[in-house]
Amino acid sequence: MRYKFEIGCILVLLAAYLFTYLEVNRFLYVAGFPILQFVMIATAWNILGGYGGYINFGTAGFLGVGSYTAVALIQWLGAGIVEQVIIAGVVAGFLGLSIGYFTLRLKGVYFAIATLALAIVLETFVNNWDFVGGAAGISFLPPRKPELLGYVFIDSKGGALFGNTKEYLFFIMAVLAVFSVWIARSIEKGKLGRGLNSIKDNEEAAECMGVPTLRLKLFATTISGSLMGMAGAVFPSFLTFIDPLTAFNLEFAVNSLAMPMIGGTFTWIGPVVGAVLLGTVQQWAIVTFSSELNLLILGVLLIFFVTVAPHGIVGWFMKKNK
Amino acid sequence: MSEPLLKVDSVTKNFGGFTALSNVTTEVGVGERFGLIGPNGSGKTTLINCISGMLTNDGGNIIFDGQNLNGMKAHKRTAAGITRTFQIPRPFHSMTVMDNLKIPIEFLGIAGASQKAIEDEAMSILETMGMADKANGETTGLTQIELRKLELARAIAAKPKLLISDEAMAGLTGNEVDEVLEILINFNEQGMTIIMIEHIMRAVMQFSHRIICLDAGELIAEGTPDVIVKDKGVERAYLGV
Ligand SMILES: Nc1ncnc2c1ncn2[C@@H]1O[C@H](COP(=O)(O)OP(=O)(O)OP(=O)(O)O)[C@@H](O)[C@H]1O
Ligand SMILES: [Mg+2]
Repeated sequence: MRYKFEIGCILVLLAAYLFTYLEVNRFLYVAGFPILQFVMIATAWNILGGYGGYINFGTAGFLGVGSYTAVALIQWLGAGIVEQVIIAGVVAGFLGLSIGYFTLRLKGVYFAIATLALAIVLETFVNNWDFVGGAAGISFLPPRKPELLGYVFIDSKGGALFGNTKEYLFFIMAVLAVFSVWIARSIEKGKLGRGLNSIKDNEEAAECMGVPTLRLKLFATTISGSLMGMAGAVFPSFLTFIDPLTAFNLEFAVNSLAMPMIGGTFTWIGPVVGAVLLGTVQQWAIVTFSSELNLLILGVLLIFFVTVAPHGIVGWFMKKNK
Repeated sequence: MSEPLLKVDSVTKNFGGFTALSNVTTEVGVGERFGLIGPNGSGKTTLINCISGMLTNDGGNIIFDGQNLNGMKAHKRTAAGITRTFQIPRPFHSMTVMDNLKIPIEFLGIAGASQKAIEDEAMSILETMGMADKANGETTGLTQIELRKLELARAIAAKPKLLISDEAMAGLTGNEVDEVLEILINFNEQGMTIIMIEHIMRAVMQFSHRIICLDAGELIAEGTPDVIVKDKGVERAYLGV
């Protein structure tokens, strides 16, 4: 069938919307939201890391920039969630472009180190910026009721599309996650994806075969950073609180890299499978045990996959691992 | 001779205090089969790296098709018509043989060409190389000669005016050497200028119209194959006396 993927996307969004209709336990939104967020982050990471072979340790930095762009917009202008997401995407994309420009001329290791440093520098900066709450963090009231052309989206009495803000934000997160996967897949199936793959395989040979390697890498860092920023932008509104420790949490860096690697980095399905699987296990582990154990599970799984099945779960099923 | 395709003018390259190329000057004519020889470490690959843009020369000029290449990025040089192979094959190992060829065709060819047209073009090159049956295979399954042929096929897919082959025949058997020679001569007859770097003397002598010899980064001899065989300097460089 021709539009299998597109139809799949629509079905997922319908399911996400119906999910907000069921009078489910509130915990399911709280658990489902990070899983969708992880799908988006892992997918974004994989565009540069999986297709292009450049490891980004700075996911937390891009995410935090997205979150704090949203906070600043709320503080300044009382902006709504859609504006927050778009502008956070622009800011984080620009950040990706600049860090790429200054470090991608160097070999991969330097890029990795620079991205790690980026997260730390940005966190320190926000820690000292009182306007957005500084180190203590900041809490807000749920965002003002979104409306379009006079139509109000949220009404607790059931007269609108969504019953409450959490449902609305959950659905927005689902839309963003699907959007990211669609972008990643389009890149993968096209000339850009093949170019990035050739860079991963052998950058010098790629350049000698006419691939404009620097331009492709910059494109990938920009898109990847931008999507991460968007994923971060929804965070403050969903939590109604944010502090630097949450926004720049290094666990994001670990997860964004582990999820694609465990799921499989060579195709868009890999990060999705990795994020859903690991995200679910982690949500369960957080409730049942502790968040420390959570990281331990992640570490063990990562080592297992890197050594035994380098093409991840999806590769396993596609018989890529010999 | 009419205006040369490639002019190498006093090219110098240093690695720290070590001079890998010192004042190398030579020319390659349109349609020429040009041999580049010299003992191990004499600077052959370094010269190719400077021409293809992998390295920046510290001094001198490289002029291709009337255009000075100094400061031009490697992929732009490929687009301008220079393609090189690597001494140790560097296939895109996560792709099939076909996809390896599609990279240069897609990035250098006509924008918006259909996948079908791109695949047909790649296939026809693989057919001339006798590798059509490997098209959909992974590169990890290839033998030594197949890897060398893939390296050449991918370079040819870039449709170069000047093809630089860096030891395409190292490690091959006598028959395989003849096979690769035939392929190169065939493409030359269709108008491709070729620089061949080779240690297998029989092959370079048979192939080349003209040969230069490097020794310790200096050009020590230049001439037709029969002049080069008799050259005392070349003999000394190779025998180390
Ligand atoms: N990137 C580099 N950094 C430092 N030294 C280098 C570098 N590349 C080459 N060299 C040195 O420059 C000299 C010339 O090397 P080059 O690879 O050009 O030789 P070659 O003629 O191609 O030899 P071979 O026949 O073995 O391939 C050698 O002494 C080598 O060690
Ligand atoms: Mg060499």
